[in-house]
Amino acid sequence: MTTTRNATQIEAPADVPVIRLVREFDAPRERVFRAWTDPTLFARWIGPRSIDTTIDVWDARSGGEWRYTASRGEDFQMAFWGCFHQVREPERLVQTFSFEGEPDGVSLETLVFEELPGGRTRTIATSVVESFEIRDQILASGMDTGVVEGYEKLDELLAEEA
Amino acid sequence: MTDQLSRAFQALADPTRRDLVARLAADGDATVGDLAAPYDVSLQAVSKHLKVLEEAGLVSRSRDAQRRPVHLEAEVLELMTGWIERYRRRAEERFARLDAVLADMDEGAGGTAAGEEAS
Repeated sequence: MTTTRNATQIEAPADVPVIRLVREFDAPRERVFRAWTDPTLFARWIGPRSIDTTIDVWDARSGGEWRYTASRGEDFQMAFWGCFHQVREPERLVQTFSFEGEPDGVSLETLVFEELPGGRTRTIATSVVESFEIRDQILASGMDTGVVEGYEKLDELLAEEA
Repeated sequence: MTDQLSRAFQALADPTRRDLVARLAADGDATVGDLAAPYDVSLQAVSKHLKVLEEAGLVSRSRDAQRRPVHLEAEVLELMTGWIERYRRRAEERFARLDAVLADMDEGAGGTAAGEEAS
């Protein structure tokens, strides 16, 4: 299964307050880059199915800003915002990232798109936060605190991996 | 819990301490002497590392006799890896959704209106 080949790898280095996610995709780099920078495409995958993602502001150019709102019905709503620090198609995307629940908190997200043989792509997402304490809180509780998603799909994935 | 987690992560900031934990996990309890043997450092230096791990709750030392074997507190380690794994799974779910979008883009020959012909 492609699930096994493309499993997400996580790294939380003990010497820097960083979270790194490495993932491969069965699609060429230009397309993966577009799925990350085109607001319509981005909104389709960033949030769980139970959550509606509304793009409020999206200017995917170096220096541009972005903001989106994740909501489920009327009881849950959370906004995320930041700026596109650097957009270098199709290989590099650097953004700041904040969320409403923690207005003074900001992380720096660097995304590198590597071309792989056979029209495949590896993305390396490096997120730098302010302190080890914050990094570990993020790992422990997750950015999307309050977002409760059914794990059925995940169980299926894990079963396939086994 | 988060404080304990932070201390544990910080304790593991050092490659020697990570190695000590890995060996305790693989081989079970060991004395300071056993643990120090493969390293090119003094017994005291290893003791210092163990003290940091002990303060982080990652290892404990039994009081019995002179051997005082070092014991790995697997629960704390599981807490750490459990949280990281949960975070990883959430990322994995997100990327699986991206996989689907990418496959859709393929079928639609590129445009953002991709997927029209998907059945």
